[in-house]
Amino acid sequence: MLGELLTKDTIRLNVKVKNWEEAIRMGGQLLVQEDAVEQSYVEAMIRAVKELGPYIVIAPGFAMPHARAEDGVKKIAMSLLTLESPVAFGNADNDPVDLVICLAAVDHTTHIKAMRELAVFLNDADKMSQIKFTKEVKDVLALIQA
Amino acid sequence: MNIVTVCGMGMGSSLVLKMNIDDILKQKGIKAEVEACDLGSLVGKVADLVVTTYELKSQLEDKGYNMAYVRSVIDKKVLETTIMDAIGNLKK
Repeated sequence: MLGELLTKDTIRLNVKVKNWEEAIRMGGQLLVQEDAVEQSYVEAMIRAVKELGPYIVIAPGFAMPHARAEDGVKKIAMSLLTLESPVAFGNADNDPVDLVICLAAVDHTTHIKAMRELAVFLNDADKMSQIKFTKEVKDVLALIQA
Repeated sequence: MNIVTVCGMGMGSSLVLKMNIDDILKQKGIKAEVEACDLGSLVGKVADLVVTTYELKSQLEDKGYNMAYVRSVIDKKVLETTIMDAIGNLKK
């Protein structure tokens, strides 16, 4: 399922951003382009970090911005960004971030399969270090599908 | 035994935490119900153990639950130690 959500249309590598908000906006824009979310969802993802803190930085160097289905999700989607230079999200344990995967879920369970695949991928230290150095989207796709 | 994982939205990091905990418990042959929920939904839930990240500690530590905290929801080795310690402490 992960391979269906993360495609050449939803992956951007070595993106330049000034701060974490811009990183979430760029990742969110990919979801808007896929017609998976409303613009309001992008704002909701940013608001979540401002209100709840940067708990979305769930592992060293990796952030998973997301908001609620009610915030404007039309269909399940994910986008992936690697950042040219890492940015701080304010998470003392896991900053700075250079891999951002935005998630749009329609409820609490439909995306479980994709999350499980993502969890397996994130647990693979080799793949995680390789992904930050990939320059071509097709290499990222190969890593994800392997 | 039931365990609840908590994150801001209930379907992001708490779900990843839940899946990793499910795997660890299965490996150890421990039976438990593991549920993922968001901060708001925890109120009134009965749970033997609540697992979340240090980021959310201040919002949950005074709710009266047995708590376990992790820094990364995907580091299985640390998670295993943390969970097993927490479960061990529950029995006392």
